Amino acid sequence: MNAHALLTRLRGQIPLLVTAVLLVSMFSIGSVQYEGFFSGQVVLNLLIDNAFLLVVAVGMTFVILTGGIDLSVGAVVALSTMVSAWLVEEHGWSPFLVIPLVLLMGTAGGWVMGWIIHVFEIQPFIVTLAGMFLARGLCYTISVESISITDPTYTSMAQTRIPLGDLFVSPSALIALLVVAAGFVVLHYTKLGRNVYALGGSEQSALLMGLPVQRTKTTVYAISGFCSALGGVLLTFYMLSGYGLHAVGLELDAIAAVVIGGTLLTGGSGYLLGTLLGVLVLGLIQTVISFQGTLSSWWTRIVIGALLFVFIVLQRLITARRR
Amino acid sequence: MRQQPVLEVRGIRKEFPGVVALDGVDFRLFPGEVHALMGENGAGKSTLIKVLTGVYQSDGGEVELAGEQVRVTGPLQAQQIGISTVYQEVNLCPNLSVAENIFIGREPRRFGLIDWSAMRRRAAELVRGIDLDIDVNAPLNSYSIAVQQLVAIVRAVDVSAKVLILDEPTSSLDRDEVRQLFTVMRRLRDQGVAILFVSHFLDQIYEICDRMTVLRNGRLEGEYLTSELNQVELVSRMIGSELAGLDQLGGGKRRERTAPTGKAFLQADRLTRRGAVEPYDLDIRPGEVVGLAGLLGSGRTEAARLLFGADQNDGGTVRIEGEVAALRTPRDAIARGIAFCSENRKTEGLVGELTVRENIVLALQAARGWTRPLSRTAQDAYALKWIRALDIRPGNPEALVRNLSGGNQQKVLLARWLITDPKLLILDEPTRGIDIGAKAEIQKLVANLAEDGMAVLFISAELEEVLRLSHRVGVLRDHRMVAQLDNDGALTPERIMATIASGAHA
Repeated sequence: MNAHALLTRLRGQIPLLVTAVLLVSMFSIGSVQYEGFFSGQVVLNLLIDNAFLLVVAVGMTFVILTGGIDLSVGAVVALSTMVSAWLVEEHGWSPFLVIPLVLLMGTAGGWVMGWIIHVFEIQPFIVTLAGMFLARGLCYTISVESISITDPTYTSMAQTRIPLGDLFVSPSALIALLVVAAGFVVLHYTKLGRNVYALGGSEQSALLMGLPVQRTKTTVYAISGFCSALGGVLLTFYMLSGYGLHAVGLELDAIAAVVIGGTLLTGGSGYLLGTLLGVLVLGLIQTVISFQGTLSSWWTRIVIGALLFVFIVLQRLITARRR
Repeated sequence: MRQQPVLEVRGIRKEFPGVVALDGVDFRLFPGEVHALMGENGAGKSTLIKVLTGVYQSDGGEVELAGEQVRVTGPLQAQQIGISTVYQEVNLCPNLSVAENIFIGREPRRFGLIDWSAMRRRAAELVRGIDLDIDVNAPLNSYSIAVQQLVAIVRAVDVSAKVLILDEPTSSLDRDEVRQLFTVMRRLRDQGVAILFVSHFLDQIYEICDRMTVLRNGRLEGEYLTSELNQVELVSRMIGSELAGLDQLGGGKRRERTAPTGKAFLQADRLTRRGAVEPYDLDIRPGEVVGLAGLLGSGRTEAARLLFGADQNDGGTVRIEGEVAALRTPRDAIARGIAFCSENRKTEGLVGELTVRENIVLALQAARGWTRPLSRTAQDAYALKWIRALDIRPGNPEALVRNLSGGNQQKVLLARWLITDPKLLILDEPTRGIDIGAKAEIQKLVANLAEDGMAVLFISAELEEVLRLSHRVGVLRDHRMVAQLDNDGALTPERIMATIASGAHA
């Protein structure tokens, strides 16, 4: 193998490696500094507390890999919690009907945004921004108050703990990991997944090579919509309420997780595994700060901001070198 | 004696508003041949290719593929019926691996999932089939443009191309890469693929092509066997009518010129940039006009851009007034007293939305720095002075530049540079697309500037014009400076053309 080619291949992995190193070193520092930090449960709690973010970030990874962005995810999460709580609590619908309905709604919403983006050649930024306002606004047409959920299916999902030896996880965490696994298979072993990468590499070329550009684009936004709705369902399991102010700014956390996970914002390069690491990094920052005890929770934001700066500069350096 | 053509085009016609780009062109392509499509810029080459690949729809005429009449409706459909095109800028995905680029959209699958090992194996076979030694798992962008083009060709042929169109594939390749491409082209030709090859490089055409079709002004000039048409004849067929129609303004009188002697203002020594221009030497003395002649794409502009720091040289040095100067950016060159009027006055030079005055003072203001703004009175004075000196019309400094005619826009661009009082003025096609009167004025102006001691590098496609103004003419061909001819009165356009065609020192 050509040494230069090998180097280029490795270079594509640098952001992922950096994230992995960061995660390990943060965990080590936490373990040295704070008593009780070094335990498997701390890691599993990261998954339990961030299951909904992880699911949303998987959808976001698809979108960003095509070179797009989806700002509507947080609002769609909120709308999903709201619709679920309203139908289950105030109309007495069965959760087994409500959950599929909510998932369908999110998927359809994403599909429509993808269709608009492609057919009218509008920036994804502005289309999904409109989607964000629309979904957030719709929450308040249902109720301006928080609706708490007392349905037994939801409460049992919230309370069930699946033991893993001495440790435990929640069903939501398992669902999130399943979504990551499914996303991984789709991205790497299906035509759709490869078309996503091709589209992010060069839309013009993808078109000239005869790839279904429109279908791929609408599909990634539909996937993101589905993931947002599923994230909303997981959030209802976690919060046991529907509220228009749930998941405010979640889209930005998701984007941050994807970027810290090494996916290039320009599209075409990145891994779902990176997104998992990115979500864990965000969760770990929060954990470290809560263990620290004296810092205000706003420090989470400050650290995420600083990390993002470092990562986007790193991305820039890598892509610039490639040219 | 020959078999059926695989592709036959009859009486193709394509019009754009106000222009007939193709006027009843016939064209034949046989299986197992490499065919060159020749013609100067604007002759209709790229329009014909775009009609064949479905980018444009023709306004008349018919296309027959393997004996059947077809309508080419788009690039995708063209590929499906067997016409594939590889462009100079590779249309593949740089982020994907070589193997994926060959197979994406038609990946081998097993149990519904992509079978990566089969894909890699088959890609490796295909790549080995053209003697290319690369790792098919590496991302495409880890390889040179040359290799990327070969990968594009592999994909095109594997998708089942009967006709392979290569549009200027060699423009950014070096010698070895061109040789590699030619080896692949010969192999495909022997397998029966019909290859249409477009290139500005005459040597390459003569090396690889069996036949050629020459277009001129949207019309078919003729179809020739490469072995039966020598390069001088080819060049005159390509540009022949332009030569005959050269304007004879100013009585065609050439000034008696004694080339200024003395120390050179600028000396280029083995200056080069890979893929743009091979090492060349050039001296320009104060008061001297040096012309650069050559076909379009021969490296005229590229050679000049190196002198202005618009592109970075890979080798060689530039001395200015005897001192070695590193011209890394246009700023460096401007600081050394070099000005460059680019050939794309619309895209690279003037700001159409600004007024004549604002355009004129732009370079001067930039040279002073934005912290020291020119006063409005000073701006008006400068603008009026140069409007008068160059006779820019309308003489209104507040007119928007985009509303001016081409010739007057060119004068505004000249004024902008002259205001900075340059010692070397580089003019790239300053008279292209402007009317005859304005052309003569600009030529006179250049002559006067040189008489006043300015060094001028004058690039033009019109040989008469180059001869009329220059003391010396550098001739470029295939990115090489093949000769520098003294304009001693005996130099004729025919002799320059012969030099361009033969590449020999005439």
